[in-house]
Amino acid sequence: MNSPTGVADTPKVPSPPANGAPAKRRTPLDVRHLSLIGVLLALAVVGAFTKPDEFLAAENLRLILTQASVIGVVTVGVTFVIIGGGIDLSVGAIVALASVWATTVATQDFGLGGMLLCSVLVGVGCGLVNGLLIAYGPMVPFIATLAMLASARGLALQISDGKTQVVTVESVLDLGVKDAYVLGIPPIVLVFAVVCVIGWLLLNRTTFGRRTVAVGGNPEASRLAGIAVKRQRLLLYLLSGLCCGIAAFMLIVLTGSGQNTNGNLYELDAIAAAIIGGTLLSGGRGTILGSVLGVLVFTTITNLFALNNLQTDIQQIAKGAIIVAAVLVQKGRSSHD
Amino acid sequence: MPLLTMSGITKSFPGVRALDGVDLDVEEGEVHCLLGQNGAGKSTLIKVLAGAHQPDAGDISWQGRPVRLSSPVAAMRLGIATIYQELDLVEHVSVAENVFLGHEIATRGIVRPREARARTAQLLARLGHPEIDPGALVGSLSAAGAQIVSMARALSHDVRLIIMDEPSAALDPDEVDNLFRIVADLTADGVAVVYISHRLEEIRRIGDRVSVLKDGRVAARDLPARTTPTHELVARMTGRDVQYAFPEKPVTGAPRADPVLVAEGLARAGEFGPLDLELRPGEIVGLAGLVGSGRSELLETLYGARRPTAGRVLVDGQPLRPGSIVSAVRAGIGLAPEERKSQALLMLESVTRNVSVSSLPRFSRGGWLDRVRERAEARRHTRELGLSPDDPDRPVRTFSGGNQQKAVLARWLLRGCRVLLLDEPTRGVDVGARAELYAVIRRLADSGVCVLLVSSELPEVLGLADRVLVLREGRVVHAAPSHELDEHRVLDLVMEGSPA
Repeated sequence: MNSPTGVADTPKVPSPPANGAPAKRRTPLDVRHLSLIGVLLALAVVGAFTKPDEFLAAENLRLILTQASVIGVVTVGVTFVIIGGGIDLSVGAIVALASVWATTVATQDFGLGGMLLCSVLVGVGCGLVNGLLIAYGPMVPFIATLAMLASARGLALQISDGKTQVVTVESVLDLGVKDAYVLGIPPIVLVFAVVCVIGWLLLNRTTFGRRTVAVGGNPEASRLAGIAVKRQRLLLYLLSGLCCGIAAFMLIVLTGSGQNTNGNLYELDAIAAAIIGGTLLSGGRGTILGSVLGVLVFTTITNLFALNNLQTDIQQIAKGAIIVAAVLVQKGRSSHD
Repeated sequence: MPLLTMSGITKSFPGVRALDGVDLDVEEGEVHCLLGQNGAGKSTLIKVLAGAHQPDAGDISWQGRPVRLSSPVAAMRLGIATIYQELDLVEHVSVAENVFLGHEIATRGIVRPREARARTAQLLARLGHPEIDPGALVGSLSAAGAQIVSMARALSHDVRLIIMDEPSAALDPDEVDNLFRIVADLTADGVAVVYISHRLEEIRRIGDRVSVLKDGRVAARDLPARTTPTHELVARMTGRDVQYAFPEKPVTGAPRADPVLVAEGLARAGEFGPLDLELRPGEIVGLAGLVGSGRSELLETLYGARRPTAGRVLVDGQPLRPGSIVSAVRAGIGLAPEERKSQALLMLESVTRNVSVSSLPRFSRGGWLDRVRERAEARRHTRELGLSPDDPDRPVRTFSGGNQQKAVLARWLLRGCRVLLLDEPTRGVDVGARAELYAVIRRLADSGVCVLLVSSELPEVLGLADRVLVLREGRVVHAAPSHELDEHRVLDLVMEGSPA
């Protein structure tokens, strides 16, 4: 348990508030988080050396955060689903469907509020279908969300007819421009931050979070302990759908349009980020902070490669290597326990 | 020269000495019966014989030559085949493929299915079941059919010794007759059979010699199967060395309060019942019966984890929603399930969280947890039960079996439960910690909780319970205050089914 780096690093890093009693063994920043922070710092050093003027520029850092925000919100939802013992392959497709549905001419007539509501409702609606199929079907999460992936993408293509739907509502577009920045931070990044904080609170401070961990860790024991396991599963997919709806609206603001190709492969990026952040794919363990760090690592790599004009194929290889390394670290640690 | 000689076989698992110097010899062509209570070491012994467990000490010789059974394959090569109680067949695969699983008939890796099917058909015919189609999926067969396939698999090797672990448990009477005919055929060919069964009448019909195991040692050997009287066999099985310390029982006499839990005509087709049951506050009721007598199924049905096919369960006169755990828990029922690790505990979590998991709404307002109160209340209960070490923040998996069980009990205390269903509460708990658990259970009863106790260990049922129900094949065959019963009497009841 006591890593050699733990002693030196722990006091320097601001940790989320530990309420009341001393949580000796449950420090929110465990070795895995520290190693991800180390990776981030290493990437920053590489960036600072290879592109000293560009990488550390405020504009570029803002870009990294903005790019991390959309996939980040999706990842928070996916993290809950995985901790709860499930998997959601449909997130990318739901983002696409929600972004298309919220940018049809008819929806745009209702203005910003109507588009936001539409986006969120489409997300929650898809989550509801997933959740009902999985909890009460009962279907295997992999299959149910795979089916949702296919049909949501198909529906998005049908609605948009494969065309980019340009947003003409000024108030939506205004959210993406510099004037909307709060203290130099884009509203999209702020939304991401808020989602992270709420996600952290939900996981660590509520009965919902406790039950998620229980159901993912041992569904049979949870059932026999009197937890309504099916309802909990349904709620988890609703939450994931909600996150997709929010992310879709963020993407609309960011790109000023809705497209059926939006959110391509988000499911893989989100699952990968959660896994390298320490979430057990089998459920029962995971943290929001880890997932956020995972997203930041991936986004920073993408940014570095783009700045240095490197091919995306090398970037994919690097991502794959990081996933393998992270899981090996995870394995090594659990065998020491 | 005996076919097989085992001498001084010793095998320990963490905290338990399962076998302590066991000797066994088996002659060619005999049916050698192994008797013993649950936990006596029978399963461990046959696993050693099948090569699935390696003994810590002891020698095994086969046809006079010392051998090491280093793996199931090594045992199979010698000609030892095992038919386990839980059949180890692949359901989605055909009968023929199951029979030759692991030693497929093949030329350079290419299987020859037609030949496999033909040879399987021969084996099935020899076993008296030519009607089983070698091409049928095993999943589509009855339990008896699956057992025949398992036996065909054993015979597909050049087998000299077959171990049968309670082969008749899943069979109808006429299928049992067929099984015995097969056993007779095999022994006529010189094949030896090690036969394990709880049914003494079977042992009398087909057995030659009986060995009795008790607490990991041989309690008796070379008993003639046909002539040894039942009471002697039972006496050999029960005379035990380990004495458990049971808490004193309250003097019964004054009529107790009204029953809290009542089951009326409760039944699950093929498992148990219909039966009636009443649990009164302060009373510990023990359920005695063999594995497969419907004990655990009854407990799980009371708890709503299984839906009854008939009858109902009432708490304080209010019927529970059938098949709803949530409804049972809300009414104040708690269950400490048989498999602690897989059915009760969240192994990655701390004791505190394992204790609070059933009572989360108590510590929350609008879903928001008051973690300080959660910790304090969980700690109060774990301390009351004497959790050791007294540190409920530690992960539950770092605690011993007895302390893990305390965490499960604390969960229901915290919930304020009034009916506690205990399924094998001392399984995997060492002897010293048992006395402590017994005292805890008695204290709970004294505080007004109704306790329903299931245990394979008769001394535990008799020592702890105020009233004992004897279950055989899903029915209550006897009910009496525990002081009117003793081990022999209960064993007679669970095995023979009729009051002696």
